[in-house]
Amino acid sequence: MPDPMKIRATLQGDVADVRVLMAHPMETGQRKQGDKLVPLHFIQSITAQLNGRTVFSADISQSISRNPVFAFKVTGAKAGDRIVITWKDNKGETRTDETTVRAGS
Amino acid sequence: MLQTRRAVIKASGALGLLAAFGGALLKPGRALAARNQSAFDAKSAVDAMRALGLSNAQDSKDIQIRAPEIAENGAVVPIDITSNIPGTTAISVFIEKNPFPYTGTFDFSQGTMPYVHLRVKMGESSPVRVVAAAGGRYYTAAKEVKVTIGGCGG
Repeated sequence: MPDPMKIRATLQGDVADVRVLMAHPMETGQRKQGDKLVPLHFIQSITAQLNGRTVFSADISQSISRNPVFAFKVTGAKAGDRIVITWKDNKGETRTDETTVRAGS
Repeated sequence: MLQTRRAVIKASGALGLLAAFGGALLKPGRALAARNQSAFDAKSAVDAMRALGLSNAQDSKDIQIRAPEIAENGAVVPIDITSNIPGTTAISVFIEKNPFPYTGTFDFSQGTMPYVHLRVKMGESSPVRVVAAAGGRYYTAAKEVKVTIGGCGG
């Protein structure tokens, strides 16, 4: 089981500023260990839901850095709303984590 | 090494077929479309954009790309992208000189502002090209990022 994501969602007006850190090696398939290539292993897709409704999605490649970080801004959010983020990689591994939207300072 | 290569080719063949169908049926709204594997496999940004149907994008000053002028560490280059084009539904990112330039597509059409922060790997200095989709049209902008190899002022 991959390590959990770290997700933070902070309200600014009615927009939730979401930042997420995913634990993943994001191997490009071009790096060598000794004289062997490390196989391609990377997150392919990401979705984010606000209270069960998909609000953000992405298809990504191995060009994204190791332990990927993304930030995006979800509209129409309130404090206490649920943000659920899921990723899936090219080996079929997947991970889902969630957080609640916190009021901004 | 040969074994890895074979596995990759096999996987991309199967996905490529899916992408061909998905691409034809679901061109404007990217949401839930099958992964466009031929775009991800393309070795030039031009080919990747063609595979995604973005070839006729017009230059725009309304796409803001915030990235370092000089990135000391090509393994982690932070990029902030904002589209100020009304009705932007998605943006795609291409690192023109990476071995596989197509970095990804981010879909905002269902309840996010046209903004994304991402961190990418860059093999060498390259333009970072962004294509935004808005109202069935495509707009593009690029920003050059220099990568210093070794970090010793080279």
